[in-house]
This record gives sequence, C-alpha cells and structure tokens, in this order.
Amino acid sequence: MKRQALRALALIVSLLIWETAVRMLRVPAFILPPPSEVLLALHRGAVGNVYFHDLWITLAETLLGFALGSALAFVLGTLLAASRTAEYFLYPYIVMFQSMPKVALAPLVIVWFGLGLTSKVVTAALVAFFPLLVNTIVGLRSAEEDRVDLMRSLAATERQIFWMLRLPSALPFIMAGLEVAMVFALVGAIVAEFVGAEAGLGMLIQSRNFTMDVAGEFAVLFILAFMGLTLNWILVSIRRRVLFWDASEKAGPSAVVSS
Amino acid sequence: MAPDVIAVKDVGKEYQTPRGSVLALDAIDLTVAEGEFVAIVGPSGCGKSTLLKILAGLLATTRGEVRLRGVPVVGPRRDIGVVFQSPVLFPWRTVLDNVLLPVDVQHLGRAENVSRALGLLALVGLAGFERHYPWELSGGMQQRVAITRALIHNPAMLLMDEPFGALDALTRESMNLELQRIWLKRRETVLFITHSISEAVFLADRVLVMTARPGRILEEVPVKIARPRSLDVMVAAEFGSIVKRIRAHFTARMGS
Repeated sequence: MKRQALRALALIVSLLIWETAVRMLRVPAFILPPPSEVLLALHRGAVGNVYFHDLWITLAETLLGFALGSALAFVLGTLLAASRTAEYFLYPYIVMFQSMPKVALAPLVIVWFGLGLTSKVVTAALVAFFPLLVNTIVGLRSAEEDRVDLMRSLAATERQIFWMLRLPSALPFIMAGLEVAMVFALVGAIVAEFVGAEAGLGMLIQSRNFTMDVAGEFAVLFILAFMGLTLNWILVSIRRRVLFWDASEKAGPSAVVSS
Repeated sequence: MAPDVIAVKDVGKEYQTPRGSVLALDAIDLTVAEGEFVAIVGPSGCGKSTLLKILAGLLATTRGEVRLRGVPVVGPRRDIGVVFQSPVLFPWRTVLDNVLLPVDVQHLGRAENVSRALGLLALVGLAGFERHYPWELSGGMQQRVAITRALIHNPAMLLMDEPFGALDALTRESMNLELQRIWLKRRETVLFITHSISEAVFLADRVLVMTARPGRILEEVPVKIARPRSLDVMVAAEFGSIVKRIRAHFTARMGS
C-alpha cells in the first residue's frame, strides 16, 4: 500500500518537473508541450468523442493480428517441434524471414490488401508471428527427459505425451511468447497505419503531426501507452492463472507489469 | 519356489560413440521371483540405469533377452511400475492427479481408481495431501507420491532406480523403513537399484553385486535376516559380514 502510494507520488512529481521545466525554459509547445496541455487535449478529444472510433479500429487490428499471428505461429511451431523433417526443410526460410525487419513489408502489404483493416491485421500478424513461433518450438522441446521416460514407461502414445506432458511444459514459453506477440502486434498495426490508413490511432498521430498539434499527438501516445499496458496486464493475469505451478510465477511478480 | 516374474538371459548392451563402441552391459543373467525383493548394488556408471531402462522396455538390448512373465519385453509395457531417482512429478497436477497419471494414460477409468489411489496414499502416509501440489511437499513426500503412482495400475513388478539417492541421509533411512513396511503389506515383486550397500542389504532378500566397464553381475548374496528389520539390524554382526562381503568386490577392484 505504502509503496503504491509512493509510486503514484513519483509519477505526479515527474509530471510536475516536466511542467515546470517546459514553462521555465520556454520550450515551444510544438516541440514539447507541458503535461497540462496534453491533459487538456485528451479532455477535448474525449468530450468531442474523437478518439473512440480510432481507438476501436487500432484495438481491433491489434487483437485480430495477434490472434492470427499467434495461431499460425503455434500450429507451425508445433509442426516444426514434432517433425525433424519439417524443421530441416522449413527452418532456413524461417531464419531468413526472421532476420528481416517485418515492418519493412508494410508498404507491400498495403499494396496487396488495401488501405482498410485487412492490411493492418496482416502486418500485425506478421510482426507478432515470430516471437511465439520460436518460443513454441523451444517450449515443446523443453520437456524433461525423465518425464518423457516416465510417460514412455507407461506405454503412452506420442499424442498422449504431447497433450499430457510436452504442451504443459511448453506453456511458460508460450505465455512469454504471447506477451511479446501482443506488444509486437500493436507495433505492426501502428506502423501499417503510418504507411497508409483511413482510421486508427497511428493515422491520428500522423495527421496531428502534419498540423503541428504536438499536444494532441502526445494525447494519442498516452492512449496508446495505456492500451499497451492494459493488453499486457490481461495477458499477465491469464499467465498467473494458467502457470500457477511454474517456479518463476511462485517466485513473485515478474518484471513487465506488477500490481 | 515361486515362478519368475522377470527373467534376464545373457543380456548385453553396446553403445556406439564417435570413439568406437562401448560395452555397457555384458552377459547379464538374473531372475526375480514373484513377491521377491532383489537389489542390485554397484558404483555409478556400472550400467545399472541402462539395465533398468532395458527392463522397462525403454532401451533395446544388443544381445540376449528379457522376459516378463514369460513374454519377451520388446517395448514399453503397461504392467511395470518405475520409480526414478527424482520423483518426476508433473507440477501442474495435484498429488492425486499425479498418482492417477498411469490410469489416465492407460484409460483404466478414473472413477474406479480414485478410491484405490486414496487408499495407497494413506498406505504411504500421505492421507490428506491428495489436493496438494508436488511443490508443496518435501523431497521424501514427493518420492512417496512417485511410489504410489508406480503402484496404482497394479504392475507385475516394481523397478526402482536409486529412488532415495537424492534424499538426505536421515530421510533416506526413514524411507527405507517405510518401503519395507509397504512391501511387507503388499509383497510386490521389486527390483531395486542402488549404490548404497547398506541400503541394498537392509531392504533385499537377495543382493546382486554389479561392477563397471563392462557392467557385469559378479556375485549373488542372499540376505537371510528376519523381517521386519529395524534400523538396529544395521549394527548386527550378520548385517556387517554381508556388507563386508559385498564391499570386498569394490575395494579389490579399486586396488588392482
């Protein structure tokens, strides 16, 4: 309780320092606006119902991209972990594709899928795909040898070993991969909106940038930060529920977001 | 004489390594009769665990044959219970669900086996712990769960691979007493692998002495000490002379 109060106090103090510094040094508002103006911009937008539609669009792009990318990554990761042959033939392409910055594909994706929702979902999915793919493969191979021997000694089938042992053993890796994938999906959606979009928070940032409405830009950034934190918090809560048995969970709250 | 549950005949195991082939086991012959407790004692690296994996059907032999109740072992069997050196429990399953793992794998029906599992847990002194998770238990308690799991599907025999090797000396002694108590109640057929001579003599009806490189059984030592044996047995003259006889095999080899 006391620590949380201190944390809130630290936030207020840093906002106050920002406010005073900007005012005393007479930094122009189009370079760095004081937080009070950002709050005003936030308020204006909220009252005028400016953000809701764009927020909803970006959220939908992120969640759909996350779901699509994660589902594909999980299926392909399972295939690669299960079959050495599949790994042998597919892995070179995956490594090649992985070392390329996926956001560089965004302009091409817009050409292929248009300015609407689809191109954003595809870009978000592309970016979210790899962290979970790698973690799924590593996780599914992480089952302890002793445990595999135990299952074999009971005459378990490969399918049983997968569902009863390999998949649960992989869950800590998969959950960590999902957390990264969520953040990446948001990055992918925003970058795709920068490249070309009709709506969304990324598009809003760009249009405000053009009109030098920097306070308004900051307001959108705050909304994005809040959105990212909320999405992450949801995944962390799910992880705590699913991985109650994992040693790293029992050790205490993890780094990213703790309550 | 009771019929043999397991019969190992002239079993050999060779491993191929980049430096050539290594003979891990050489001409192993042994039998364990129904209801008999047999211990194999030997130093680490003598191929005890290799032998156990062969008996459990996890490894193929390069030579010879293993028969379980007369049927050759060619792969994993449903009627063997294995206890490993570590408890090998699944942390996402409760104690009860861990015990029921063989039931789930072999589709034996949970409903019929839950009360059996609870009875066995009570037998090993874990009544009331069925809803706990493995990480809430001490090492000794976890190993009791592993033993219960090995018994749940009524296996023809129990293979135990240094089951108490990871426990501290005091816990180990009390687990030996516990195992004897459980065994006297159920008279399972047990093959118990250990590197502790006193543990082998304390628990077994017969001790097989195994030496390394290649793994071979040098001698078979019957232990005719009356049961139930208490820990005081360990300071009796008879116990000491058996231990001495077994130890002679290892000290002789080290001297040469």
